[in-house]
Amino acid sequence: MSAFKFPESILSRPVYGILEPRPGKSHLMISDAEGAEAILGLAVRTPHLMANTHIIFIPNGTKFGTKLQALNPAQYYEGPSYAAALSRIQRVLSDAAMGLQIYLAGTEGMMGQAQNEAMQAGYDYTAIQTEHRGSVARRMQCVHCKGITEDVIIDPFKCSHCGLNLFVRDHYSRRIAAFQGVCIDAENPGNVPPSTELYS
Amino acid sequence: MNAPAPNSTAPKVVGAEKIKVVVSAIVPLNNLVTRFEFKRAGGGQFPTFSGGAHTVVEMQDGDFKRINPYSLMSDPADRDTYAISVRRDDQGRGGSLFLHQRVQVGATMTLSSPVNLFSLDLRARKHLFVAGGIGITPFMSQIKQLDAVHGNWELHYSCRNPELGSYVDELTSKHAHSVNVYYDDKKQLIDLENLLDGQPIGTHLYVCGPKGMIDWVRTTAAAVGWPDAHVHHEEFLAPQPGKPFAVRLAKSGLSVEVGEHESLLEAIERLGVEPPYLCRGGACGQCETDVLESEGTFIHRDHWLEDDEKSSGVKIMPCVSRFEGKTLVLDR
Repeated sequence: MSAFKFPESILSRPVYGILEPRPGKSHLMISDAEGAEAILGLAVRTPHLMANTHIIFIPNGTKFGTKLQALNPAQYYEGPSYAAALSRIQRVLSDAAMGLQIYLAGTEGMMGQAQNEAMQAGYDYTAIQTEHRGSVARRMQCVHCKGITEDVIIDPFKCSHCGLNLFVRDHYSRRIAAFQGVCIDAENPGNVPPSTELYS
Repeated sequence: MNAPAPNSTAPKVVGAEKIKVVVSAIVPLNNLVTRFEFKRAGGGQFPTFSGGAHTVVEMQDGDFKRINPYSLMSDPADRDTYAISVRRDDQGRGGSLFLHQRVQVGATMTLSSPVNLFSLDLRARKHLFVAGGIGITPFMSQIKQLDAVHGNWELHYSCRNPELGSYVDELTSKHAHSVNVYYDDKKQLIDLENLLDGQPIGTHLYVCGPKGMIDWVRTTAAAVGWPDAHVHHEEFLAPQPGKPFAVRLAKSGLSVEVGEHESLLEAIERLGVEPPYLCRGGACGQCETDVLESEGTFIHRDHWLEDDEKSSGVKIMPCVSRFEGKTLVLDR
């Protein structure tokens, strides 16, 4: 699946661009699943970046790993999940120096969480490049119980923690790296519209 | 207190709120730079400010009111005293000469409340300061602010020679390991590329000094991948003299000739029309004015308008920019 164009929405909703090479002393590229295609595209346009690039990839069942490795980056790491890759990401960021460029490509959930890690390391989020690829499923926070439900693809959905029926909002928190889910039947319990797939 | 009537004609406050002060001390630091300290007239405390803030000083020079911005360089936590350090500019428009030659201890003056266009980014893991000459002043207050919270900072300060190195002794004696001084006369240059290389992630870079230094630091940082959001600079422009030109103010129905040594903003104020302002140096954007009609050439000198706004000739920053030509009509 290639790039999906999100319809215009409220200011809070993140918008994504197309990765472009920027001058830097080192480059950190984090991608999951089809996000690999954005990294491959960037590398084709600017192969010289790879000598100073660290690629972190979470395949989620895709087969892009061999192609990414063939780019011959300075460092390559593949993790079975974002949670598994997290300690690696945190370590790379804590050791990093200014002059680092950060490129994120793939699902919104992965990009949001990686952006949050970079922000916590002191890197301004406006300087982080992002390109959306693959699933449009979202990482949602229930505003009532605060629990996070990953990969939400239907609206409304049931909170995986407290079981409330939640409406999928475009209201986004960079601090939590999640969209906000709000109870849809608070006034009239049980009156829940049928769920539809996001952007279907 | 009663709410003002809907058609109230309360005087409009232009610029930041004004504070009456008394000059409490004048301390010459060297041949060019003098520190002026102020207490609040009638006693009382000043508003707090954040490191990097400036105050706009009003100077009544005969019929002419000079209004210049200067960085506050005192301790932001000290609410009894404000201090500025002023470099005498013999070729300038006369504001610094007025302060150096005509102001005495005990004089009453008017300052504006502090305005900060060069504040610290407190998300930074480390603050890296690059100062040139009198550009040291905003860093003096920022360093005091950071020291109060044990902040992580480092200063690289370039001056012409030891004699003109304002506050070098104070800085190096208090902060021997954080302050690095470079003297032009001894051919000591800041090794900028090396300095920027290896700074920990989350470092913010701040530069204040001559235009050439600011450009050099910003260009070098961008070339090695520092994001714009991590690079901060402050440069106040002084209005430059130019050919006199005529301007018509459409809303007020007034016309005025802008003098050779006068800024467009000053000429507009001379008519009693008061556009908003905060910095009077082309940086804050407050005095942005729409051009209704023009036939001639704009001399844009500000840091505020985008290039396309400058070339389209529909906006002007009257604090530092001028005009040469037949007709200029402004929406004032």
